[in-house]
Amino acid sequence: MVKRLSVVDVDLCVGCQSCMFACNRRFGEAGLGRSAIHIQSAGGIERGFVVRVCRSCPDPPCSKVCPTGALTKREGGGVRLTYSKCIACGNCVRGCTLGAIFWDVELDKPTVCVYCGYCAGFCPYGVIRMEEVA
Amino acid sequence: MADSEYAGDLSRILYVDLARRVYWVEERPELFTEWFGGAGAGIRLLSEECPQGVDPLSPKNPIILAVGLMNGVFPLASKTVAMFKSPLTGNLGESHAGGRSSIAIRMAGYGAIVIRGRSESPVYLTIDEKGARFRDASALWGMNSASTVGRIIREIEPGAGVRTIMRIGKAGERLIPYSYVTTETYRHFGRLGLGAVFGSKNLKAVVVLGKKSFKFKDPKAYRELYEELFKTFCKSPLMCKYHELGTPMNVFPLNMTGSLPSRNLQSNRFSGAQELSGENMAEKYLGRRTACAHCPVSCIHIAALREPYENEPYFYKTKMISYDYEPIYALGAMLELKSPEGYLKLMDTVEELGLDAMSTGVVLAWATEAMERGIVKEGDAGGIALKWGDHESYIRAVKGIVTMENEFFQALAKGVKYASSKYGGEDFALEFGGNEMPGYHTGPVAHLGYLTGARHSHLDGAGYSIDQKMYKEGLKYTPEFAARELFEEESWRQVLSSLVVCYFARGVYTPEVVSRCLRTLGLERSPDELKERGRSVLKQKYAFKYREGFSLRNLRIPKRVYETPTPLGAITEEMIRAGLGEFEKLVVG
Repeated sequence: MVKRLSVVDVDLCVGCQSCMFACNRRFGEAGLGRSAIHIQSAGGIERGFVVRVCRSCPDPPCSKVCPTGALTKREGGGVRLTYSKCIACGNCVRGCTLGAIFWDVELDKPTVCVYCGYCAGFCPYGVIRMEEVA
Repeated sequence: MADSEYAGDLSRILYVDLARRVYWVEERPELFTEWFGGAGAGIRLLSEECPQGVDPLSPKNPIILAVGLMNGVFPLASKTVAMFKSPLTGNLGESHAGGRSSIAIRMAGYGAIVIRGRSESPVYLTIDEKGARFRDASALWGMNSASTVGRIIREIEPGAGVRTIMRIGKAGERLIPYSYVTTETYRHFGRLGLGAVFGSKNLKAVVVLGKKSFKFKDPKAYRELYEELFKTFCKSPLMCKYHELGTPMNVFPLNMTGSLPSRNLQSNRFSGAQELSGENMAEKYLGRRTACAHCPVSCIHIAALREPYENEPYFYKTKMISYDYEPIYALGAMLELKSPEGYLKLMDTVEELGLDAMSTGVVLAWATEAMERGIVKEGDAGGIALKWGDHESYIRAVKGIVTMENEFFQALAKGVKYASSKYGGEDFALEFGGNEMPGYHTGPVAHLGYLTGARHSHLDGAGYSIDQKMYKEGLKYTPEFAARELFEEESWRQVLSSLVVCYFARGVYTPEVVSRCLRTLGLERSPDELKERGRSVLKQKYAFKYREGFSLRNLRIPKRVYETPTPLGAITEEMIRAGLGEFEKLVVG
């Protein structure tokens, strides 16, 4: 079944960024440079937080602006990135309305959610979870 | 993996010279492989950088911001250590803060940042992996609100989410020796006056941003250990304790045992404990809970205070004001402020102007008692009658301290030690080694710890928890036992504050667990080796303290400490002096 990462309730977010570190650990690495999820304050910590992550658009604008066909539509929504085809032009980063495509500083290529759900396992407050695409 | 190839390769020190407006990077791997970074690296850098006998507000006093091997690698390693010479005590200055500071510095690729010299005009720094940029801060200088400064820098600088914005308030600009550096609005390098050292350098703020990633020789082992630790934290009682009520959960238990200093420690119980308890604050005022970066505990508690405008019907502002146990002790209990609104308004003034809440509360408590006893008069305070529980007069006094509007406020602005040396009332001037007292009157070991701790902080050797253990187990005070326990605890905490792990995580990060963490990074260090390193760092700090004129033999102890009983009974001077003697044998040799 096709799954996507869902932001259940952003007001539960405390800004600990454990999800960002988890995403980076997918590669067995520490730090933040390869993370495909991003937490920042909504204009100051006192205003709460913003969760930026791919929401698996059914008709993703990012793939439309990919000149090499590296970023293709995934069945059920979202995208898949074929690194070997990617020329690192950055169009997808600018093309995502949500700002949910990031830059992998190690590979010097974009990084986008692969819908694995590893990050959700490290959210202690239930802000994000995996759900099946209807 | 040889030590030189350990994961993360933390070795880079960023040097910034504000006078010449230049920066450079030096490789110092041994500060991290041998000393693990943080406090261990910091004290070595400070000893190198800070000339003997230097005026803390001179350009020669360095600012050192150091992170350690575990920042950005393991959960709850969320703190940055600042080292400098303190303008408050004239000796070792060390303060720790969380927020996003440690992650940002680590992810920008630095183990430490050393700031030298004095800028000729106000500047702030923006630091990333490429180096430092010098930005004009003239327009930010002199603002009444430190949060506005943060708001402006947030808008004009990049890196939202992966940056820290450390800044000072007006108090730091005006060189008040107990002014803070705040980061992410609600976390502070609060104690010992780092804010004034920033101010003396014309340095308004330091922004650091970064997004590095680094590899392990055995990624699977790293992931497995991380997952194990994360689960342990999430199941541990500390998670629930500090997440739900935060540090103010300590108000009730400390008050019940008669350990909570009130009215300048005239009392060991606080009449407003119910109103300012963690429970009541959470029920009536808690507006948001937030976390430091890489810490799921989320202990930061922020109250929402809705206030009407006096002359504008149906017009309100809602201010978000953080509260913690220590500020509740200092600005609440010590001043017998029972109204949560009054406490929050006072706290807000202190935050916006940029003072350390703990020192400010103790200074105001001394001033109130001094006025009560007629040592100082209303006229000295520009007509402000300082009275227990009267938050409005305290708010006026805090503003008076920051503007230093007359001789009395100029004295208060130098700390309680100075003010009492000028006006008298030393017996109830609650300072230890020049630093104002923390909020635990649990017994003799707490006070011995304030005197012997390298930072004169309750967090150095956690004397209060040794008292509490003695109370629970019915143990009797002996100077040997107290000194040994304090020395060993403070020594181990040197390791944690080198890595740099939050002390809330100390129950999980035992020597054995830390040893396993370092192994994933490629460093083999046995638990015993780690503990020995800790003792060595503490001795280095003491060597610095003695170099700068400190001695355990001539410390002043305020008599008030003996007058107000503790749960372990009355403290005597003999008990404390004997403990100091025992501690000296351990730390100086």
